[in-house]
Amino acid sequence: MEAFLVGLIAATLRVATPLILGTLGELFSERSGILNLGIEGTMFLGAFTGFAVAYLTGSLWLGLLAAVLAGMLAGLLMGLFTVTLGVNQHVSGLGITLLMTGISLFLYRVIFGERSVQPSIPTFPKVSPFGDTPVLGPIFEQYLLTYIAIALVPLVWWLLYRTSFGLRLRAVGENPEAADAAGVNVFRIRYIALAIGGGLMAAGGAFLSLAQLGSFIFGIIAGRGWVCIALIIFANWIPSRVLWGALLFGGVSALQLRLQATGAQLPYELFLALPYLVTILALVLAGRSAAAPAALLKPYRRE
Amino acid sequence: MPRLKIERYPAPLWVRPLIPVISIVVTFLLTSLVVLALNKNPFEAFYYFLIAPLASQSSAIEVLVKSTPLLLTGAAVTFAFSAGYYNIGAEGQLLAGAVAAAGLGMVLQNVPPVLAIPIMIVGGFAAGMAYAAIPALLKTRLDVDEVVTTLLLNTVILFFISFLLNGVWRSPVSGWPQSPEIADSAIFPRLIPRTRLHLGFLLAWISIGAVWLVFRRTALGLRMRAVGLGKEAARFAGVKVEQTMLTAALISGGIAGLAGVSEVAGIHYHLIEAISNNFGYTGIIVAMLGALNPLGVSLAALFLGLLDTGAQTVSRAMGIPIYLGNIVQSALLLITLAALVLQNYRIRRE
Repeated sequence: MEAFLVGLIAATLRVATPLILGTLGELFSERSGILNLGIEGTMFLGAFTGFAVAYLTGSLWLGLLAAVLAGMLAGLLMGLFTVTLGVNQHVSGLGITLLMTGISLFLYRVIFGERSVQPSIPTFPKVSPFGDTPVLGPIFEQYLLTYIAIALVPLVWWLLYRTSFGLRLRAVGENPEAADAAGVNVFRIRYIALAIGGGLMAAGGAFLSLAQLGSFIFGIIAGRGWVCIALIIFANWIPSRVLWGALLFGGVSALQLRLQATGAQLPYELFLALPYLVTILALVLAGRSAAAPAALLKPYRRE
Repeated sequence: MPRLKIERYPAPLWVRPLIPVISIVVTFLLTSLVVLALNKNPFEAFYYFLIAPLASQSSAIEVLVKSTPLLLTGAAVTFAFSAGYYNIGAEGQLLAGAVAAAGLGMVLQNVPPVLAIPIMIVGGFAAGMAYAAIPALLKTRLDVDEVVTTLLLNTVILFFISFLLNGVWRSPVSGWPQSPEIADSAIFPRLIPRTRLHLGFLLAWISIGAVWLVFRRTALGLRMRAVGLGKEAARFAGVKVEQTMLTAALISGGIAGLAGVSEVAGIHYHLIEAISNNFGYTGIIVAMLGALNPLGVSLAALFLGLLDTGAQTVSRAMGIPIYLGNIVQSALLLITLAALVLQNYRIRRE
């Protein structure tokens, strides 16, 4: 039982990592007033770019850096459509997702061709601050990126609530007219928010290819981006709740993995679907108290 | 250097139908950069992309086959979007229709086609409608955002299909994750012998025609457009906004379900996980490209069917990865969106 629980907690942290990164990325975009449905494709792009650059250069860190840069570019492209042109955010976000997915698949085939054996790379090593200590040892034997993702949560909170940049970002998402009147450059803040957000999303995708898998498969993101979109509502746009939401979702997924590993005869697909259904239920319950940024989905025009 | 000024100046009306054409040209100019980067000839690529598929009768018919699911999902998305209901769930509703078609098709042995085929069609429509009802009711009763719920439900039904195909429906013959074949009498007849063009193509055009009829000739169509233009104004004018959106969402789901039936009964004859090649999402491209107008949507679906076929031809003939087609389609969506905004502005010397 103890081994089962320890394994469960360790797996929860691992499963939650890309969700924490992706949802924090979405938090930046949405707090500035842009719903970025490009997240699914941006995570895919991050997973691909990270893998391809790490494979070609032999450096995992260069791969991660390239993934973040690619994600920032995807965020800026989203900005071109939603901030500068003021296009419908739902449709342009989906367009970004489709385009980034297409670019990743295309470049993967150009670089690696069609191989019978999946190309792979050695993954990031795990760090183990507690060594062989029982319980704590295996629980905290995690990838460095998991620690970084968790540490980002208070950092993002500090950035949003304790810095003038955060104040301006939130103002732009709540009332762009007032922010503009107060001398804030609405367009620039939104571009910056989308770039930071895109970088974080891509890092979430890169975690999967560089740490968890060591390869790039076409189903690598498998709807995780959409989960992040739901988690942000579940978390009511508050950084600390992003962490709890991601851990809850990760916990249910990890439980399914562990039960499957014990050989229990369970329809594991139903367990896989469970977190999605729980999220929808949470949306229903959170619906009435949800406090979305007031200017979300509204393009800003200076006329 | 003269100072340039951007000002609001809507383009004249005759420019509007040109926007898709301009977008297509710009998209292909950008695509040619990708082709050049691979050291290949862009003109040759465009030939294989756009002309070669139409050069022979068999591949031209394949274009129509490929456009069939896109006509249906495009019509489905158009129907919902027109009423201001952002149904991103055509993908999931298509899959629900496919599950129903596979399930019904298995039990319809010994039923004559005159009965079996209508049962498949009605069953698939009902399944798509039922799966669309969940997010639609959450939206209209509890004000839960439909974009998020439809996106999540697209993934949920994939797990359900995987559950069916790895369990009760696993093919006893091959052991592969695919359902048993549907009854012969449930298979859609071919419209042209010795081609893959099947009854689904006709079904798709009937659906497009029905959407046109609803938009143009019915009170529901009028109410839907009123809600799509502005919910509060429509409510003020006495339109039952929630009820109208619910109806639009359910019918939209039903049409998407037909796309699933068409793929199962017309192409595969069984259910596989990869039954939908992103048709639901591509339907959004079709709807936007066609400006939510039934005629425009049908042209857009045919064009995207051509791009799908062309991507295969380019890949075979020139060794360019088939995913160039995905890039072209999504770039076309984004460029069309941009063109629709930019038509309202002009650049002038000050």
